[in-house]
Amino acid sequence: MSAPLNNPPPAAKTAIDGGVGAFRRHDSGPKHVSGEAIYVDDMPEPPGLLHIQIGYARKAHAKIAAMDLSRVRNAPGVAAVLTAGDIPGANDVSPVAGDDPLFAEGLIEYWGQSLFAVAAETREQARRAAALAEISYDERPAILTIDEAMDAQSFLEKPYIMERGDPAGAIEAAPHIISGRINIGGQEHFYLESQAAMAVPGEDEDVTVHSSTQHPSEIQHKIAHVLGIDNHAVTVEVRRMGGGFGGKESQGNLLACAAALVAKLTGRPAKCVYDRDDDMTITGKRHDFRIDYQAGFDSDGRILGIAFEQALRCGMSWDLSEPIADRAMFHSDNCYYLPNVRITSYRCKTNTQSNTAFRGFGGPQGMVGIERVIDNIAHELGKDPLEVRRTNFYAHKSSPGAERRLTPYSMAVEDCIIQDIVAELAESAAYQRRRENIRAWNDASPVLKRGIALTPVKFGISFTKTFLNQAGALINVYTDGSIQLNHGGTEMGQGLFTKVAQVVAEEFQVDIAKVKITATTTGKVPNTSATAASSGSDLNGMAAQHAARKIKGRIAEFFAQRYQTNPDQVEFLPGRIRIGESELSFEAAIQQAYMARIPLSATGFYATPKISWDKAEGRGRPFYYFAYGAAVTECIIDTLTGENRLLRVDILHDVGKSLNPAIDLGQIEGGFVQGAGWLTTEELVWSEAGRLTTHAPSTYKIPACSDRAPDMRVKLFEGGENVEQTIYRSKAVGEPPLMLGISALMALSDAVANAGGTSDYPALDAPATPERILFAVERLRKKGNVL
Amino acid sequence: MPTISLQVNGKTVSGEVQGNTLLTDFLRQNLGLTGTHVGCDTSQCGACVIHVNGDSIKACTMLAAQADNASVTTIEGLSQGDDLHPVQAAFREAHGLQCGFCTPGMIMSAADLLSKNPNPSEAEIRSWLSGNLCRCTGYHNIVKAVQIAAGQMSGQRIAAE
Repeated sequence: MSAPLNNPPPAAKTAIDGGVGAFRRHDSGPKHVSGEAIYVDDMPEPPGLLHIQIGYARKAHAKIAAMDLSRVRNAPGVAAVLTAGDIPGANDVSPVAGDDPLFAEGLIEYWGQSLFAVAAETREQARRAAALAEISYDERPAILTIDEAMDAQSFLEKPYIMERGDPAGAIEAAPHIISGRINIGGQEHFYLESQAAMAVPGEDEDVTVHSSTQHPSEIQHKIAHVLGIDNHAVTVEVRRMGGGFGGKESQGNLLACAAALVAKLTGRPAKCVYDRDDDMTITGKRHDFRIDYQAGFDSDGRILGIAFEQALRCGMSWDLSEPIADRAMFHSDNCYYLPNVRITSYRCKTNTQSNTAFRGFGGPQGMVGIERVIDNIAHELGKDPLEVRRTNFYAHKSSPGAERRLTPYSMAVEDCIIQDIVAELAESAAYQRRRENIRAWNDASPVLKRGIALTPVKFGISFTKTFLNQAGALINVYTDGSIQLNHGGTEMGQGLFTKVAQVVAEEFQVDIAKVKITATTTGKVPNTSATAASSGSDLNGMAAQHAARKIKGRIAEFFAQRYQTNPDQVEFLPGRIRIGESELSFEAAIQQAYMARIPLSATGFYATPKISWDKAEGRGRPFYYFAYGAAVTECIIDTLTGENRLLRVDILHDVGKSLNPAIDLGQIEGGFVQGAGWLTTEELVWSEAGRLTTHAPSTYKIPACSDRAPDMRVKLFEGGENVEQTIYRSKAVGEPPLMLGISALMALSDAVANAGGTSDYPALDAPATPERILFAVERLRKKGNVL
Repeated sequence: MPTISLQVNGKTVSGEVQGNTLLTDFLRQNLGLTGTHVGCDTSQCGACVIHVNGDSIKACTMLAAQADNASVTTIEGLSQGDDLHPVQAAFREAHGLQCGFCTPGMIMSAADLLSKNPNPSEAEIRSWLSGNLCRCTGYHNIVKAVQIAAGQMSGQRIAAE
């Protein structure tokens, strides 16, 4: 049967609005600027809502001798006070290991550990009531720092070692040997929206939870686990977060489970929102590291053998520390070929917050370790560190043979383009000339000293737990031709929703306005992985494409049949469909497909190919591909005070073929500033009793608008294209740019080295706060009798 | 409990508040104006910036009672009907936001800056906004947005004259 075609649109569109590669602003932008974008704590409060305050421990390590909550229960407005004994299911909110109780029983393992929850009519009543708890502690000695944990051999598991070749022999035989240590501080996520969850009880055992989480599936599973019910009774939804950065991958479990528990036990909706101080006191952070290194190298600075000892502070439980520690090892090569290498990882158990995912997931710390070694080697040989970096790069992707490709974990680096990026950046940033000018300027400036550094980044993309590399999507096309899109990824500001909508618009060749982006919910797409590991658009973009192509395939088959042609004669053109010589609008085509009973809804799925990882053997291909970038930072320090400024930053970063340059540039700029903040101003301090003393922005300093380098030039690497078949050959961009911030630390190291005194290496620890810079300068000058 | 009466976004509102009720809580809870966010509760992050009698203030450390008889503008009241304020339009156009949580406070601060200093230098913008923290953008597009808005507004003024 052949029905008459509807009239094609009068003037055929030549391009759609908002397809792949478009410079497209964030989809929620109009709502953000008008204050209409809704976060969990902005949602209309259901009648009868209870507000929850978590009561937490004020000791780092202790037995609970007695906990009297009667005054809490009797406080005004209190509806429920819940402790471990009230949990119907498991007392566990951990992401993996089963070692994070919702409410501590008996043993307290860090200052800030949850003990009980108070639910009251108002937030203020809940807070006031929680303060009335009478708890007596039987204190035990606490292990707080990496040094203490290493001395006490306090580990979560026995040290893990990755080794290739003969590092000890190669170091011993090398013409030059250096050894040293760098301490690298942790980092608070400081997402502007603190953790929040609201639970609404439903029929039977059902509960619906709105959570500010990067991992709705895990929240769903943990709530079911805690309530002792099936996963199918729990629905978790998230429209957006006010930032995540890894801090909402597992750390939202506790308060979401507390809210669900209160909701189920009281039959009333319940909300838990941490205030900033509680959030910083309770939740885990980026792991701090102590890295010891020994390297043997030749007179060109070529590394012949190297050994790292990485000790990281995991805190009181595993959380995600195992893959984080692994990723630090995976990135202890950065862009450099290490022919003989041994990396030992000590996963320290301490009486502090359980450290967690944070943009880069251990990779940044591993990378700081090797960049420090390169800087130290250059200093030892009196060479420009850039020269030493270039000497040690992995083989370029186009260079013949298998030489200089193998990582410490025996994966071949086949896509290396760092040479191209560094060459272009060194040229555009006039690195060489500026370095010489700075030397001359410093000679004439006794107090102020400048420094400059160019550092590269190679970051492995994929979850190293291979099974996590999967994603699902759901696309519904309605009879008017409008499209609803849902996928397992979450939106935390990174622009994922916009990018995946672009993919769907591109596939159907409709304007992006036709594609409605909907909140992530476990009810539509199940069993998802966290939006993490930079993989959001790689995984969900592919899953959405798969779903779109299913529907397109059905439509093509239908019209091919109707017009007696082959499905490959059916083309999706901007706003319309062409079948052979005939055209009809997308809307008309959808209407006809519907009338012919063609299913217009489809799920999509994607599993990253090629990857594998054998941890016992320390071999495999944990990463699908690598993302590359480089940055040049110039800074200035005051050698009398340690005060410092970043003056100019030049960045060239590889995103493959960009899905959206506007969003990618934003990720790069923001990533650099966050990375530079980690290594310069952001310092976490615990008291001797184990209490985090920097638990608010008054004492914990993230970069402000006035801290940013006045001259910042950011460019996407042109001609970038993923060698692997990723979504439209793009590359992940969430985490890699954070590590561009390492150039700030190395520039400060260069400035300190120029402060004079001796030729000793500055050995600057991170964060390079004014105090640390001043101490480093004084150390050098005292030794040289300059002071 | 004191009763307060004030102008919020051009409308007179009144309500009973406790002596210790914060202005943010009054706006968010009593009036449902949730565009004003709370990021730190301690006047550091600037997510809660609104205008009180024409000046930008951090509403998380002002008592609702202190706003009695005042004229308050929140992010919801900055636009004129459907027309965005030039600062709002510029933040949207310049992609001066990512997660958006700091955006309302950032815009309210920037709007106050431009009302007091219509042609600020880049350094003046950076200094003025240093009490508004953003964890996502690195501030590049935020500063650009304020510059665009300044240009737009001076153009408007010239046109009006």
